[in-house]
Amino acid sequence: MSFRDGPFNDLKVPLTWTAAVAVVVAVVVGIALLLSDRRETLQTAAYGVGRKMFDVADKPVAGVLSAPSRWTRIASEYVGDYLFAAAENHKLRQQVAELKQWRDLAVALQDTNRRYQAVLGLKTEPPIPMVTGRVVLDSRGPFANTRLADVGAEKGVRVGNPVMSDRGLVGRVVGTSNGASRVLLLTDVASRTPVLVARTDARAILLGDGGSNPRLGYLRGQDPVHDGDRILTSGDGGVFPRGLPVGVAAKGLDGQWRVRLDADLTAIDFIRVLEFQDFTASVNETQLEKSALPPLPPGTVVQPPPSSSSPASSVPASSAPMPEAAKGKTKPAKPKGGGFAAKLASLFPGSKPKPAAAKPAPIAAAPSAAPASSAPAKPSVPATSAPAKVTAKRATAHPPKPPRPDAEPPL
Amino acid sequence: MSLSDSRPLDPWRWIGVPTLLCIGASILFAIPVRIHGYQLPEPIFPLVPAFAWAMIRPSILAPFMLFGMGLFLDLLWYTPTGFWGVSILLGYALVMFFRSMMTGQSRVVLWSWFAAMVLLAMMTGYVITILDTGRPPSVMATFWQFLPTILLFPFAHRLIDRFDDADVRFR
Repeated sequence: MSFRDGPFNDLKVPLTWTAAVAVVVAVVVGIALLLSDRRETLQTAAYGVGRKMFDVADKPVAGVLSAPSRWTRIASEYVGDYLFAAAENHKLRQQVAELKQWRDLAVALQDTNRRYQAVLGLKTEPPIPMVTGRVVLDSRGPFANTRLADVGAEKGVRVGNPVMSDRGLVGRVVGTSNGASRVLLLTDVASRTPVLVARTDARAILLGDGGSNPRLGYLRGQDPVHDGDRILTSGDGGVFPRGLPVGVAAKGLDGQWRVRLDADLTAIDFIRVLEFQDFTASVNETQLEKSALPPLPPGTVVQPPPSSSSPASSVPASSAPMPEAAKGKTKPAKPKGGGFAAKLASLFPGSKPKPAAAKPAPIAAAPSAAPASSAPAKPSVPATSAPAKVTAKRATAHPPKPPRPDAEPPL
Repeated sequence: MSLSDSRPLDPWRWIGVPTLLCIGASILFAIPVRIHGYQLPEPIFPLVPAFAWAMIRPSILAPFMLFGMGLFLDLLWYTPTGFWGVSILLGYALVMFFRSMMTGQSRVVLWSWFAAMVLLAMMTGYVITILDTGRPPSVMATFWQFLPTILLFPFAHRLIDRFDDADVRFR
């Protein structure tokens, strides 16, 4: 029988079973797509070509559909302004009178602030350029909270840019295409935002859960937040600039601290995209790892480890200053009171300095530093070993605290 | 009985048109509108044809159309790709599995089955979200999507009434 005769014409398969197979095949394909999805990484590459093309195609459609609602709102506001103009005028006069006092105070504080900045040499953040856009789509279910805005890469919008309404922070850009950008809201279940409590400066992470009031997680300290405290972005991690208004703290029905978002108090159709670039994106991690610590100033005296401590624990701590000791061997330093050892001694008042360390001579001259002094002296390159770098980094990140009186002397 | 009743269903009429209506309704309910401070609900429209199509007759085309609508929702709402496809298809599979038990039942019983199907689909989404993000979504927010979705049952019932007797092989 040839193929033209239709050998499959008489083939009968049960439709129910075939439909079941079709369901299974579709579910398997769906699971494969789910496993390959990288939405939760919130990276530029995770926003694929398909999503970009969909946004570009969907933006004009959604723009046309959302236009009547926008016109209706504008018309109702116009009618409301007309009807309540007198009452509004009276209220605004009172506000202007109050705000004049605040303006005088702000001018005085600004002048004081400027002088403080000049005296302290404080490096303030530069102003951040902004792009205004209109929201054309809004998804608000429990599994995704996003908005589609009509500004995209052509206006300089990039993935990671913070997005604000005229009241407060809305979220951040997670995908851009030509003419459209996708904004992940603070309420999305994948959203994590580092924030601080303005009153106590306590840090927390704002955790979205699909509801309208995201939760404050990882709160530290004793009684760090009260009802009504202002919540701002902390700027930790470099994703958001510090100080953007987020909302007000409130106790949730589940007993957890939540935030009433400022962005919920205003119309949701206009947004401002801050063209703030995450500084961690411009950091070259490899270059940072290669860079060595700056050399200690000449004359630095480093306290050797006490002999009573275990040798294993004293090795990494003493390995850091060894090249400097070797350097000091070539050029003896003058004794100074404000060296590194003096700072250490001031930080650890309970510790008794060893006689060898009490001398102003470089540590390379001490017999206990004999292994280090055998290393070749390289004045230009402080050859710090890996453990030494780690020790130095930790010391920078967590400044040592004064020990208790009954504590043992530090290493 | 007319001859047209005994013919197989026209796929465009019972699959194509409801698909387009679901897509249009999903876009319409995604526009940013607030009425007295409240946003529009966000029901899962493709669950309506998922219930009706499984009740009308088994089909090879229907699962793939549901999967396509799921992908559309993923792109529209920015859920993980395949999220709504899997969730809707599991609901469809539930109805198809218990189809013989549902046939001929009253409207209230069918509504309960529809609610069960919506619950299964949303529970699937809930579990996927936990696996994806490591955190559970808000139960209240999930309920506020569940409620408007089960209120769409009259549309599913109308679709069943319209096409239930169109294919005599599956009466």
